Amino acid sequence: MTEPILSIRGLTKRFGGLVAVNDVSWDVYPGEVVALLGDNGAGKSTLIKCVSGVHPADEGEIFFEGRPSHFLRPIDARRQGIETIYQDLALANNLDVGANIFLGREMKNSHLGGLVKTLNDARMLEESQSALASLEIHFPSLTQPIESLSGGQRQAVAIARAVYWDAKLMIMDEPTNNLGVPEQKKVLDLIRRLRDQGVPVILITHILPDVFAVSDRLMVMHRGRKVTEKIPSQTSTEELVQYMVGARDDTSVGNVRENSLGPSADPS
Amino acid sequence: MANRASETKAATVTADPYPAQTPAQRFVLVLSRVWAWVFLALLIIIFVIAVPISSGGSVNFVTLRNSQNILVAIIPVLLLGLGQTFVIIGAGIDLSVGWVMSFASVLSALAIRAAFNSGVPLFFSAVAGLLAAVAGASIVGLFNGVIIAKLKVPAFIVTLGSSFIVRGIALLMSENTTVIGLPRGIRSYGNDSLMYFIRGEGGGLYFITRPEVSGEMLRRTDGILPYPVLLTAFVVAIAVFVLHKTQFGRHTFAIGGGLEAALRTGIPVPRHIIKLYVLSASTAGIAGFLSTLRFTAGSAVIGDPLLLSSIAAVIIGGVSLFGGAGTVMGTVIGALIIAVLTTGLVMLNVAAFWQFIVVGAVVIIAVLIDQSRDLIVGHYKSEQPP
Ligand SMILES: Nc1ncnc2c1ncn2[C@@H]1O[C@H](COP(=O)(O)OP(=O)(O)OP(=O)(O)O)[C@@H](O)[C@H]1O
Ligand SMILES: [Mg+2]
Repeated sequence: MTEPILSIRGLTKRFGGLVAVNDVSWDVYPGEVVALLGDNGAGKSTLIKCVSGVHPADEGEIFFEGRPSHFLRPIDARRQGIETIYQDLALANNLDVGANIFLGREMKNSHLGGLVKTLNDARMLEESQSALASLEIHFPSLTQPIESLSGGQRQAVAIARAVYWDAKLMIMDEPTNNLGVPEQKKVLDLIRRLRDQGVPVILITHILPDVFAVSDRLMVMHRGRKVTEKIPSQTSTEELVQYMVGARDDTSVGNVRENSLGPSADPS
Repeated sequence: MANRASETKAATVTADPYPAQTPAQRFVLVLSRVWAWVFLALLIIIFVIAVPISSGGSVNFVTLRNSQNILVAIIPVLLLGLGQTFVIIGAGIDLSVGWVMSFASVLSALAIRAAFNSGVPLFFSAVAGLLAAVAGASIVGLFNGVIIAKLKVPAFIVTLGSSFIVRGIALLMSENTTVIGLPRGIRSYGNDSLMYFIRGEGGGLYFITRPEVSGEMLRRTDGILPYPVLLTAFVVAIAVFVLHKTQFGRHTFAIGGGLEAALRTGIPVPRHIIKLYVLSASTAGIAGFLSTLRFTAGSAVIGDPLLLSSIAAVIIGGVSLFGGAGTVMGTVIGALIIAVLTTGLVMLNVAAFWQFIVVGAVVIIAVLIDQSRDLIVGHYKSEQPP
């Protein structure tokens, strides 16, 4: 059995009196797209923010590639290969595609024995082109500012940036929000392509058709707790909705499972 | 195989830059890029025609002397504007530069006087003045930057506050506004030129040393490229390089146009912001030093009226007050427009207050053009997830 790339054990996160994430244990394996479902305020974003170093967990542990991870800042998680694409994408809209892909890690030319360094924009452009091409994304021009791109194109740039910097785990928080239907489809295609390249993806969403379209496995949260894990082919929209609104709850009948993977782990 | 190909096509996100452009929209997009240059050219053409007419043919706008006067006139506004360009592109504002320039003028005058009186050669006394001006100004910039970046106090408040503090210190140190008693030789550093041209009889071109002429011949002598202009040009060149060619410049744009992106990609944002205010104060320091050289005296009130002109130059030059957009050359053009306008109106004997009215109108037009550009590009911005 393969080792999980990400393993969360008993994670709890409180904001004052509010328990945003309550004793969640969860595993993500290499090469899979897992969906993280839940109603508004269920704690999905908070859970992944603990993973990506935005929030410190109050209780519990996170193992990444088998090692306990203590990310103090998001940059620590990114250096380990956990790339998170938030709803706002974190792109600089006034800069072009190449500048964004290399933001904070610009390629430079040295002059006068390293005394003066200039940006190597030509090289960054070339690399950006090939990063995008590897995901079969094609823009006619990479020198246009991000603000002139559509939502789906921006999503593609953010994904390409993560892939270029060797993401080992991609976390996407509601990536198809605010997109038109054709663009949503393109982003889902990109997610599949990422998986095909061996990058596991955690997809946070409350759009159920997306879950059935791309995910290999799913987990539902309700009021901070994990209420079930499922295989999409063995559940239905109706059933998932019941989990999301709290009408069903696997944990309350005593079948809390860790490491649930595959049909055998499915209680229903 | 066919399946694969169609999947590829579906995922191919095709770019459609600025679609649905009407000719009018395209016009605004082009106008937003070039209008300042066009406006400057128009101004020059107007003055070239109007100045001889209003003077009955005895005065011309385009003369060697006038061109050099304009270059000298833009120096302080431009230097203050250069630092401000960086700060505003980084989505900040520095209201302290006017009084920092005054403070630096006083500091450099005191340093030059002290150094020279204790036997330091003239040239090195001037260097001491430059170092004192830049170092003193940088301390103010550091103060501004740390409070803005670390304590998260709005830049507007911090730099307004520090400008009052610096004003007090400058007045205190200058003991009633003016520091005099500087070595006479300082005057030539601040006013001499690289070349001289004497028109007409017995004239010619001279390099470096000011020709010993007097009386009628002096009126036929024009300096070409005064030393302060050369120093300013050098600073402009460095600013262009740093803003547009280096990582420092790229990060400045990123912080101003995508703070979240800058933070998440690990750009050391607070440290960078501190550097921006130190840079802004430094160019104000150089401006103060040059004014001391020019007038052979330190003045604690020289910079104050220049603050708003310098911000006007930056805005006219197309730097976005919201941050993230602008160029150094834009600010140069902005400063040139103000200087040409002022000089031309004076030559037309137009009352001085008209300058202010015209400059004010130009600033507002500049922002309007910028905004209509943003309106056109704007619906892309609104598509961006909140
Ligand atoms: N920084 C914070 N400070 C205080 N409370 C917070 C903070 N972030 C989230 N919460 C609260 O924690 C709970 C879980 O929020 P979270 O954003 O994780 O939900 P979510 O499942 O991502 O919801 P959505 O689908 O709306 O994005 C909510 O009640 C929210 O108000
Ligand atoms: Mg959320």
